[in-house]
Amino acid sequence: MAVMTSEAPDEIHRSWRTAALGFCRRQPLGTFGLAIVIVTAIAGLSAEWIAPYNPTANDFEAMTEAPSWAHWLGTDQFGRDLLSRIIYGARTALIIGFISAFVGGFAGLVLGVGSAYFGGKIDLILQRVMDILMAFPLIIMALAVVAIFGTGVQNVIAAITVPLIPRCARVVRASALSIREVPYIDAARTSGFSHSRIILRHMMPNVVAPFLIMLTAFVGQAILAEASLSYLGLGVQEPTPAWGLMLQGGAEEYASTAPWIAIFPGLAIALTVFGFSLFGDALRDAIDPKLRER
Amino acid sequence: MPPLLEVKGLHTEFRTGAGVVRAVDGVSYTVHSGETVAVVGESGSGKSVGAMSILRLIPDPPGRITQGQILFAGRDLLSLSTEEMREVRGSEIGMIFQEPMTSLNPVLTIGRQITETLQQHRGADRATADRRAVELLNLVGIADPERRLRQYPHQLSGGMRQRIMIAIALTCEPRLIIADEPTTALDVTIQAQILELMAELTRRLNVALIIITHNLGVVARYAKRVNVMYAGRLVESGPATEVYHDPRHPYTMALLRSVPRLDRPRQARLDPVDGQPPDLTRLDGGCAFRPRCRFAVEACGESRPALEAIGAAGHLSACFRRDELPSVQVAA
Repeated sequence: MAVMTSEAPDEIHRSWRTAALGFCRRQPLGTFGLAIVIVTAIAGLSAEWIAPYNPTANDFEAMTEAPSWAHWLGTDQFGRDLLSRIIYGARTALIIGFISAFVGGFAGLVLGVGSAYFGGKIDLILQRVMDILMAFPLIIMALAVVAIFGTGVQNVIAAITVPLIPRCARVVRASALSIREVPYIDAARTSGFSHSRIILRHMMPNVVAPFLIMLTAFVGQAILAEASLSYLGLGVQEPTPAWGLMLQGGAEEYASTAPWIAIFPGLAIALTVFGFSLFGDALRDAIDPKLRER
Repeated sequence: MPPLLEVKGLHTEFRTGAGVVRAVDGVSYTVHSGETVAVVGESGSGKSVGAMSILRLIPDPPGRITQGQILFAGRDLLSLSTEEMREVRGSEIGMIFQEPMTSLNPVLTIGRQITETLQQHRGADRATADRRAVELLNLVGIADPERRLRQYPHQLSGGMRQRIMIAIALTCEPRLIIADEPTTALDVTIQAQILELMAELTRRLNVALIIITHNLGVVARYAKRVNVMYAGRLVESGPATEVYHDPRHPYTMALLRSVPRLDRPRQARLDPVDGQPPDLTRLDGGCAFRPRCRFAVEACGESRPALEAIGAAGHLSACFRRDELPSVQVAA
């Protein structure tokens, strides 16, 4: 008992810095992913101050220019600075990625835990609806939503959010099902708590670990989906700087003579998604007590 | 004085793929204010389902309370609305579970889990609730309560967690506490401490206690009345001393023989109850204990014996041979 009480509070109140340092030491790849995520976030948040040019300003004197000291990543067919467009594009990607992932994730969290908690017919019906939504690949589903509601940032966010909901709900339901059977949920019911209170306060905190991991993966997926939709002309519209959008038009036309127009936005997408995946994986290993070294 | 709790003809059944399981099949008993009543029986005899039926927490589907009345302080709990029932739970009837390891939520502090009930039922503010929580922890004998309130369940030992469970059950000063095998998961020395604590607190606070157990030692020492359940029915009921010293149902007798006792010769072998509990989907019209009973006669296969009185003092038994059992037992 003495050992328990002296050791346990340290574990709980372990400072954030120690935790972060431990994470970096044990998960070098995850730290690399985290670094990419942080760089992207800084780019997106402070685009106005770090971008060297206006991302939508045409410069017809400097069209399809190769990377140089003036334009580090070159210019596109309208003479717009690619570096600036990528920096501003990070903002578009992160806004859409985070909003879709969080809205979709939380909707899925509530539906998944609720479904597991109530069980029976409610669970059956909800899960069949989720099955139907899951039957469509993410991008097809998103295409359908955009086709119905039209393009524009809000609709793109909706289009990406909807297919994320069942994916989250399903994983969360699986963990919540096992928690539903643990006596403390029965104990909460014998204390006279309402359904919503039990779901929100007693069950949800117990599924946070798998949920957080999924959330990071979702941000990456949502960024990829946004790029795909924009590339197909169904997402963000010109002249808003968006990575997917930068890959179409001039990027295709000048692929052989000015490959940098396609390479750099492509790299930005790939690196960001890669960064989120690495970070999510490492987070899972770090949170999973079975994989954590003692 | 009318009893605090009066269960009348309670039927709870589960519809399963294999058929209808009558987990509680016409059980009636009473609990008076401040009284400790034990419900005894093997696993699957309907003890826990009966208790959960009182709180109306039978998972539906597949479970359902089909018949009966549960009168608690004059109100029929079965006719209350969901909202009213929620007010009864945790506020007027508290519950203590078997597993202190899993009955507390690992992600909430001890303090939160105690004060939450107060805020829910009494609308207490944070400071009042915290004061009451400290008071409760003192009451259940936990040292340094202020520190404990900030801790999480995994930082406490099993016995302490069960004390916390008792504190939670007592939070809103309920009139009845249902304890479902409260000491099964604890080791023996801690068991005794927890039982003493519960006995003392129920006496001091005048709380009635239904203690569900398969431990006859617990019954002998702490309960005033005993209800013995078998296959969803009460087979014997009466004052604890009567049932213990003069059992009038073969099942109770078998249970008592299967427990080591200090007042019997040490060489005597323990006598397990032969056979298995019956499959509740396949009960016939006769006595459910008949296949395992060494006193069974022809009449036992024809109809089920009713729970009837033997002598005075409210000793009841559901056996056709209830009156001749003591003499038959000596002969056997």
